[in-house]
Amino acid sequence: MSWQREWSRVRAIVWKDLTAERRTKANFNAVLFFAVLTLFLFGFALGPDADTIEAAAAGILWLTILFSGVLTFNRSYEQELEGGALDALLLYPGERRSIFIGKLLANLGFVLLVQGIMVPAAGLLYDLPLGRAPLQLALVLALGSLGFVTLGTFYAAMASRVRAREVLLPLLLFPVLIPLLLGAVESTAAILGGDLMGNAATWIRLLVVFDVIFLAACLIAFDYVIEE
Amino acid sequence: MAFDGPALRLSGVTRRFGNRWVLRGIDCEIEAGQAIALMGRNGSGKTTLLRVISTLLRPTKGGGQIFGHDLVEGAPEIREFIGFLGHNAGIYDDLTAEENLRFSMQMAGLAWNPADAQRVLTEVGLLNERNVRSRGFSAGMRRRLALGRLLLRPPKLLLLDEPYAAFDQPGIDLVNRFARRIAEDGGVAIISTHDLARARPVVDRVVHIDNGRLVEGTAPELSPDEHAARVVS
Repeated sequence: MSWQREWSRVRAIVWKDLTAERRTKANFNAVLFFAVLTLFLFGFALGPDADTIEAAAAGILWLTILFSGVLTFNRSYEQELEGGALDALLLYPGERRSIFIGKLLANLGFVLLVQGIMVPAAGLLYDLPLGRAPLQLALVLALGSLGFVTLGTFYAAMASRVRAREVLLPLLLFPVLIPLLLGAVESTAAILGGDLMGNAATWIRLLVVFDVIFLAACLIAFDYVIEE
Repeated sequence: MAFDGPALRLSGVTRRFGNRWVLRGIDCEIEAGQAIALMGRNGSGKTTLLRVISTLLRPTKGGGQIFGHDLVEGAPEIREFIGFLGHNAGIYDDLTAEENLRFSMQMAGLAWNPADAQRVLTEVGLLNERNVRSRGFSAGMRRRLALGRLLLRPPKLLLLDEPYAAFDQPGIDLVNRFARRIAEDGGVAIISTHDLARARPVVDRVVHIDNGRLVEGTAPELSPDEHAARVVS
């Protein structure tokens, strides 16, 4: 089994998922609307005090990313389940982990695209200093999203054959995401606050470790969870 | 990989879902070059048996060999030469007919070749709909497209689960021609159906499944015309 063949399969899944999404835009519009609405609701809940908002901004940002991302993962496997396409997908020759990698990349692209609009919107709403260290912030968003999407794609596959998958997915996913949430929120808060104590790098290292461990674990275990 | 013996051999295959035993010890041998009708009442285990043979389900107990590959350990190798058309067409609504075939070719590790897609779309009668999204297709058209996906890469083991559902007579003929072609090329075709009359012109052997156990059936008697019709041009 050559890696070129597997890479071609990965690209085919990314192309298929993103093409379907580009044509319907149903998921993108819903997720984006939900994310912006959540930002507004947090804003109302916290009130007009600038200090309170500044202290909570990183947490709000990441919780919004997590909540809106869950909608993405459910949809990712729904299109395979509609019309029984998952069986056909599993019967193609080749490594099944290529399916996982393809789904992961498609979901990551989608989540990052939503963030491309949501994060500036959060910056405007909460008056966040996004331009203070844009590259560092982008790195944290990318690393946090990679870990989040890896686990989201994995658990969505696990829950895909269960009737109550919409409920089950966040129940499975969110507890495992606690270390990632901690690392992402702390590093984002450090960057937005100017990183005077130099804390961001420590938390970024935690994100890297989290990503590596869970990416490897999900790649190994995917074959087992996708089977009926 | 060279092998001796039957193309498909199952020994004591059982499958349980929770407390319910759906397959209760299936023993079966099928020689290469045969087309088989698998008959049985609703809930008798036809679909589960096909899903076990296809490697989509692992047997709870028992095992078997398909063209020399172990049913469980050799599942990745078996998927290299298997074709399965289940109850659902398994096509993507937001892709066009041609894009569905393109995706299928890429997933099967084949290079994208528009001429192959055109040939298959012509064969299944969907050439005029090649650029139409399959969301608007009728059930019969969707199944034709699903069959086209198999035609792109003719399998050695063809599994068809109720393939005549939603098909008109030309569609039924298409299914039968395909199954016969696979058998005559030295493969095996297994057609699970309630309707032996439709499968009769194409099958060599009939097996019944009842309450998770196989019972050998009577071979269909064919008229000379039906024998002649088996010859795939």
